[in-house]
Amino acid sequence: MVSEEPVVGQPLPVGTAPEVVNASFPPEAMARIHDMAESGIYPIRGLGARRKVPDFDDLVFLTASISRYPLEGYRERCGTRTLLGGRHGARPLELDIPITIAGMSFGALSASAKDALGRAATAVGTSTTTGDGGMTPEERKASSLLVYQVLPSRYGFDPADLRQADAVEIVVGQGAKPGGGGMLLGQKVNDRVAQMRTLPPGIDQRSASRHPDWVGPDDLRIKIEELREATEWRVPIYVKVGATRVAYDVKLAVAAGADVVVVDGMQGGTAATQDVFIEHTGIPTLPAVRLAARALAEVGMAEQVQLVVSGGIRSGADVAKALALGADAVSIGVAALLALGCNRSSARAPDGRQVDVSAGYRALGTSPGRCAHCHTGQCPVGITTQDPGLESRLDPDLGAKAVANYLRAITMEVTALARACGKSDVHHLEPEDLAALTVEAAAMAQLPLAGTDWIPGLQTQE
Amino acid sequence: MDVLSCDALSVREVNHTLRRLPPGSSAVVTAPRGRHNLAVGLAQETDIDIEGNAGYFVGGLGGRGDGTGPTITVGGFVGWSVGENLMGGSIRVRGSASQSAGSSARGGLIAVEGDASLRAGISLKGATLAVAGDVGAMTGFMAQSGTILVGGNAGHGLGDSLYEAVIYVGGTIASLGADATSEELVDDDVLHVKRLVEATGFDHIDPGQVTKVVSARNLYHFSAEHHGAY
Repeated sequence: MVSEEPVVGQPLPVGTAPEVVNASFPPEAMARIHDMAESGIYPIRGLGARRKVPDFDDLVFLTASISRYPLEGYRERCGTRTLLGGRHGARPLELDIPITIAGMSFGALSASAKDALGRAATAVGTSTTTGDGGMTPEERKASSLLVYQVLPSRYGFDPADLRQADAVEIVVGQGAKPGGGGMLLGQKVNDRVAQMRTLPPGIDQRSASRHPDWVGPDDLRIKIEELREATEWRVPIYVKVGATRVAYDVKLAVAAGADVVVVDGMQGGTAATQDVFIEHTGIPTLPAVRLAARALAEVGMAEQVQLVVSGGIRSGADVAKALALGADAVSIGVAALLALGCNRSSARAPDGRQVDVSAGYRALGTSPGRCAHCHTGQCPVGITTQDPGLESRLDPDLGAKAVANYLRAITMEVTALARACGKSDVHHLEPEDLAALTVEAAAMAQLPLAGTDWIPGLQTQE
Repeated sequence: MDVLSCDALSVREVNHTLRRLPPGSSAVVTAPRGRHNLAVGLAQETDIDIEGNAGYFVGGLGGRGDGTGPTITVGGFVGWSVGENLMGGSIRVRGSASQSAGSSARGGLIAVEGDASLRAGISLKGATLAVAGDVGAMTGFMAQSGTILVGGNAGHGLGDSLYEAVIYVGGTIASLGADATSEELVDDDVLHVKRLVEATGFDHIDPGQVTKVVSARNLYHFSAEHHGAY
């Protein structure tokens, strides 16, 4: 059959057909190949996935109208108190807001950055988390609620610090690099960092990806019991996984005795890992929340075991949507660093003046708004560095204030949405308060596509 | 001296009592029957005698950063990760140890009179692990600091991805792991091993005749040319 397609525009003169970009090898793919051919190494960087994946922006709230009535914003109370980890009789973490600060190590972050995060969290009544490098006395002092991580590397792990912790988090995996270990490149392994980690200064440190003393769910149960014994059953035990086989991992963590399960989606950040991990491993946070919440419900543990979700949380809307999908709290890392000044073009000089630091970004071959050079230790705003000169660009007092401002602001966004949904507590948000804008998000979050009652994949899930 | 029977008490109750022993005192744990997590997290300098086999993590998370800690003896065999993350004090195992003995231990001495299975001394961070008999494959995997002394033979992949820990082997080595290399003994090594032999009583080991294995330090920095080196 002869096609009668209409011709759009004018035909180009013969010999002037433009050369189109090869969809398989666009200029950025070409440049990456050229870079690897030149350097002989794969790209390593910080922060999280850059590519667009279905996320909380693909959901909207069905706020109250006639069938449900809203609460008055700023007038009627909306609770944000969050309890984590009381399942086995431990003293649960009592948080004033459902937003916690994720694990980030001293080493990856400067001491000033850790200090600022700790003081901000204390000011707003939430917890911070150590990281792959042990607990520093400074962060214990700054954070009134501190979660102590048990990581595969065990760098600087000390039973005395364990006894000082308010909760313990066994890190099985991380959203940025599930199945992979952390990295700290030599330029950040200064004497103090090296000493804390029992490593020679200046080496390219590759953290273990697997715990040295246990493997598998049955061992994990014993490991959790060991940590309970060492802390006299006083503190909650979290288990953190990168979002891959979420339903299995959540159920296995619960069976092993976790009080809290932390699920970190693929948008979750890191201070340094292979770009190939950041972009190509794990599933987005959006489906991870729903899978985890459903797994907890299926084993009848939705009330006893709390779900903390992380990976790409930016706003009160993201927090509210995560809570509505079944999270008890969220954890933020990259967003907290942005609140500290990450990717800003200016920083504060030691004398208090705001100074332009865009030359620092240029030296790294990047610019404010695009930087993910945490791994280099040359952070222009003093956050992910061990260089005293750069670190002095971050004033811990101002940083603490900025992060506290941000945490309060997004908490107010959460309560504004919750009130509009008629909820007197942010934890009353539920999946029925949401609709999806895309078929993908509807399928991943198991929510109806807006304007329909269609939940793609629901039949096969049942 | 306290006598705590695992037939009458839970692990939690046993450990609760052990943790509250005043420094210098001692206790005996009877009928351990392979229970996991016995004598975990003990910081004080006490003497603990476990009369039989113990399970995972026995003596784990013990001792303090200054190298002091309890003196624990296990009369029988032990499960995975005896003395994991030990900070100080000592653990002596009369029988053999399962996998990951002394995992990530930072101080103190773990002495195994029998054999130790796979990945003994994995991630070691400053402690001393002495095994009178043989050790399994991947012993000393990613060990960062400290000493591993093996009286018998070592399995495949010894010292794989070693950092600055040092391994001495009295018997044969099936194979070395990635970036591990053997090095000439110097007087300090012989003296070090001699002291370990004295401390452990593993006097079948001849300090002048051990093989010393250390990191070749070729993989300390990233390079694509290392592809295939692991």
